[in-house]
This record gives sequence, structure tokens and C-alpha cells, in this order.
Amino acid sequence: MSEAPNGRRGALPPGVSHSRDLGERLREEDYLAEEGLATAIFLALKLGRPLFLEGEAGVGKTEVAKVLSRILETPLIRLQCYEGIDVYQAVYEWDYARQLLHIRAAEAFGGEDRERVERDLYSREFLVSRPLLQALEHHGLMPPVLLIDEVDRSDDEFEAFLLEILSDFAVTIPELGTVKAERPPVAILTSNRTREVHDALKRRCLYHYIEHPSFEREVEIVRLRVPDAEEGLARQVAAATEKMRAMDLYKPPGVAETLDWTEALVALGTRELDERVVEATLGSVLKYREDQQRAANAGLAGLVGGVGGSAS
Amino acid sequence: MLDAAVAFGRVLRGAGLRAGTDRLVEFARAMDELDASRRDDVYWAGRVTLVSRPEDLEVYDRAFELFWEAGGGAKPRPRPKIRFSVPQPDNSVMPPKKTVEESESGEDAVKLRYSPVEILRRKDFALYSQEEFAELQRLLADLRLSGALRRSRRLEPAARGRHDPRRTLRGAMQTGGEAVRHRFRRTRVQPRRVVLLCDVSGSMAPYSRALLRFMHASVAGSPSARLEAFSIGTRLTRITRELATRDPDRALRQASGAVKDISGGTRLGDAIKEFVDRWGQRGMARGAVVVVFSDGWDRGDVDVLAEQMQRISRLAYRVIWVNPLKSAPGYKPLAAGMAAALPHVDVFLSGHNFESLEELARAVAAATQRDR
Repeated sequence: MSEAPNGRRGALPPGVSHSRDLGERLREEDYLAEEGLATAIFLALKLGRPLFLEGEAGVGKTEVAKVLSRILETPLIRLQCYEGIDVYQAVYEWDYARQLLHIRAAEAFGGEDRERVERDLYSREFLVSRPLLQALEHHGLMPPVLLIDEVDRSDDEFEAFLLEILSDFAVTIPELGTVKAERPPVAILTSNRTREVHDALKRRCLYHYIEHPSFEREVEIVRLRVPDAEEGLARQVAAATEKMRAMDLYKPPGVAETLDWTEALVALGTRELDERVVEATLGSVLKYREDQQRAANAGLAGLVGGVGGSAS
Repeated sequence: MLDAAVAFGRVLRGAGLRAGTDRLVEFARAMDELDASRRDDVYWAGRVTLVSRPEDLEVYDRAFELFWEAGGGAKPRPRPKIRFSVPQPDNSVMPPKKTVEESESGEDAVKLRYSPVEILRRKDFALYSQEEFAELQRLLADLRLSGALRRSRRLEPAARGRHDPRRTLRGAMQTGGEAVRHRFRRTRVQPRRVVLLCDVSGSMAPYSRALLRFMHASVAGSPSARLEAFSIGTRLTRITRELATRDPDRALRQASGAVKDISGGTRLGDAIKEFVDRWGQRGMARGAVVVVFSDGWDRGDVDVLAEQMQRISRLAYRVIWVNPLKSAPGYKPLAAGMAAALPHVDVFLSGHNFESLEELARAVAAATQRDR
């Protein structure tokens, strides 16, 4: 029932025909995805649909796009959203300086044909492609991975525009005409939920909410991403961050913080967590003064205990 | 496969989750790519295609359980029998549906129609009759709540400001390539977000009905995403979506369906903490005008409330506290919660009658006196 049985529309990496194969490939690239996420990515690739990822900061949303571009061996094109972003920053802009020079040059060489100058002026040559146009214009065996990061930071107007692009994978430049993607890019949208993104935009996408990983999974992630960390340390760190997440903090640590922390510990030559080293490195995992205080009040020693990771 | 998808769609709708046809088709397509006899595959196919907010995950999980138990997935046409019951609206917030007919046929209504609006404007909400609430609806329609202006990052054409090369060059084409007139643009100003937090606990019952109507009129009349509404009871509930319906009775019915703890006790501090944790700090309260409607009675820990109000005041542009009790002669903020919150409040208003709501609207729109 998918639109192209020969897989022309879908962009699965070679040798992957099942969501579990994809999970394996992700793991080979050092990304451990829970079954739900692997399935979501698989379906997004297979059905050629954008994937909308939500979750706390630091659970690895952006990372998904990076890993995918490695697996698919295709460029990663990233559009970081911010308040006030518009078409000229996201799609294209004219190169004014060069256009002005061109006018001057035409004058100097006695170009009296005004219409021609004008036509030249608004040709592809003077167009600067921004990320969305780059993604649509990409030529290659595999479509590029288009990461639209932190959509929630943009505003309504831009969302409406994204909606249009994500349904047709085409954009119209008034002076030039319509640019349509040969093959729809693999689009990954992320949101930290600073505000609710419009339903219509989400409806265009497959949706997945990424949770904090389970204890065992987190140990695995730490081992994989910080190979210098010893198993014992990895377990201690994962157990401690898990306790912190249960602590009712303003910003519970995500996987990114766990990794930062482990790296800091490894850099200090830590082989086993103790109260002193936790205190010294707390800033790499808890980034609010109130949170650090709360952890301190609860007793840093408590974070160190329970090596095996009692909770999970 | 489409049959199964449609059947599942029915279960989901029964559970209160909107799943349109387009999404169901997508679900069926997803199932085609996976193993439709495997529970996890069906679960994830549905979750990825039919859910788009984390709040809905719980409902989805329950509905999926039902669907699967009923033999969903591979087997065609499961017929789930269980229906979720829709919570009945609470009378303390909304007039019974008949109000309108009553007021149209009854004699009181005629009297009311000629009753001077001025009196109604000053009348305490707690003393309102059913008919007067209907009248209030009309008054509210003219009351617009919009936040003080702030600078947006977007630019708009202007007579002076930053240079605008795009429009300058366009203009230059008409003058033979010479940029005779330079064009400019400047940052646009737009209204700040307004966040309304309404205490719906027992002690606020005489007022929460009118205040919820006020919130509805504000939300329904506001351009998208500029206004957010929450109710505070024993827990926090976001009711922006529910209130966005134009029809006030429907909106209030939906809202009180969403609010499960109306007229219960308040844990004000905890609820406000939840607001800051889940919404406020991530961006909703940043630079916004935050309005709290509450009498300040808090069954929880008052220190929590003080701490959370301080957090809000650090995030928000302005914090306004509306306490209907303030209108009472000789009122002193004796409620422990009120006393704890006040140091972190910029404007303290009463909100017990229509006139005071107008005052609130002015305060919300007021320009800076104190820039942060």
C-alpha cells in the first residue's frame, strides 16, 4: 500500500527491511534507540513522512538526524529555528551586493537593455540558498537528511510556511518559479515544547515522544559513547542520574548531561564515584543553583550508594 | 487493514482522542510495513501515527489495551464494547443548559434586559443571578485582553530604522539601477503572551464561574497562542484548547470536563510549581504577563508557594494577582498563601465584579513601569 513498492519513495538504508534491522544499524553508529523510536524512524523512512520528535532537552532528539545522515551516507542539512525566522533565512535570499555590482557593470559596459539586466538580476546566479532550499535542490542517490531543530522556537507564520513545504516538498520563488525536490528529504523536526506546535503541522508528521532511557539502556549508552569509562563507573553514574531525575529538580539531567558528567569524571581520572568527586563535578550535570542545592540537601552520599543501580 | 484501523479509531474517539481519517489511513499504511500480528508493532504503528501530544499517551495506552484485548490488529472488525464515560459538567461552574430558554420565557429576564448595565458592572459576581450571568456574557464580549507590547524579532517595513537591501534594490530597478530611495525596516512590536491561572477550588466557587467565563471570552477572542489558560485545583489543568471554542456553554462544558477537581481543595503552591516546571520555565512564562486568580487559601506548604511565585516573577514580565476578597472593606492579606505570594506580585487587584475585570484588562495591557 505504500506509494512505491520498489522503494523509490522510501529512503531505507541498504540491507534494512525491518524496524529491528534499523535498530541494529543505529546501534552500529553508537545510537541506542528504544523499540518505539526505531519503529518511528523506520516508518518515517519507509513512508517518506517527516518525523516529529518531542522530549525533554538532552534526550537525543537532534542526535537522531545526525546518526541518520551517517547511516544513509547523505548530507545533513540543519535549520535551527528561532523567534522571527522567516523565508529569507530559511529558504533563500538574493545576494544584493552582487546584484548591485551587476547593475553597475551593465551600465559601465553600455548595457541599455534594461529588461535583460533585470532578468539576469533575478536569476539563479544571484540566489543564495538557505537550508530548506538546499534540501529541496539536493541531487543524489539518497535524499538528504533535513533537520528542522527546535520548531517550537519559531512563530505561527513560520509554522504555516513549514506546513506547506512539508506537504509538497516544493517551494515557489516568485522570480524564478517552483523548485520541487526530486525525492523528499528525510525530515526530522524537533521540539522542546516551550510552546505547543500547531496540530496541523504535527498531523503532517509521524510523532514520537522520547523519554529518558531506562537504567540498563543508559549504562549501555554511556559505555558506548564514553568508551574510556569503566563499567562500574558507568553504572554508578547512570544510577546517580536516575536518582536525580526522581528528585523533583527544575531541570532533571538528560542523557546529554549524563554523558557530559561521565566525560568530566573520566577526564579527572575517576574510577569510582565518591562524595567528593560528585561535589566537584556536580556542575556538569545539574545546571541550576537550586538543583545543586537540592541534591546537596538530599545528601550527595546518597547518590553514590547502590552501585548496581537498584532502581530501574 | 483499514477495517482494523477504523475500528481502532472508533475506540480512540470513545476514549476522547481525536483521530481523523487521514491519520487512520496513515496508521493502516504503517501497519502494512510492520507485523500486524505482533502486539508491539501494532502498538507503535498506532502511537507514532495517531498520537501527537504526550498528554494523550495515557489515553492511547488505555485505548490500545481495549482494542488489542478485543482482538484488534490482524483480525478484521473487532467490536469493542466498552465506552468511556464522559465526565458530567459540574453545576458550580456552569449554569444548566436550560438557562437560555428560562431567561427568555421568564419574567425576570424582561426585567433584567432593562436593568441598568452600570449596576451589573459593579455587582459582586457572588451575588449574580442566573440571568445576570447571561447578561455578563454580553458584557464580556466587548472586553479584550491583550498583553503589553514587546519587541518581536521579526522586521517590518518602516520609514526609518535598519536598512532594507531587498526593498531598496527592488526600488532601484525603477530608477535605472540607482538606489535613489533607500528603504528601511524595523523590529515589529507585538503583544506579550498572557497566561491566566484560575483557582477553581471550593473557596473560590462563588467567583470561579464568572472568572471562567471571563477566561473563555479572553481565549476565544485572542489570536492564536497569545493567551494560555489553566485551572488550579488540587492539580493543574491546561484548558486553553477547551476554552478556544466560540460557543461559551460548550467551551465551559469541555473545560470542566478537563478539570477533574473543581471545587476541591487547593494546593496552590504545588499547582503553580507544576505550571512553572512543565510550561512556564520552558518558555510560556518568559516575558509574559501572568495573571493568577485566587483567594490565596493554600492547603499545601506556603513556603512552596512563595518559592514558586518568586520563580514566576523572575521569568515573567509582570505578575498580576486577582483576589475577589480584596474588595471587602478592611481586607488584609491574612490568608497565609496570599501573604507569601504578595512580595512577588507586581499588581494586586480584586476581580470581584465586571468593573474590576476591566481594570485587569487595563493592567494587562499597561506599558512598562518597571522593566525587567
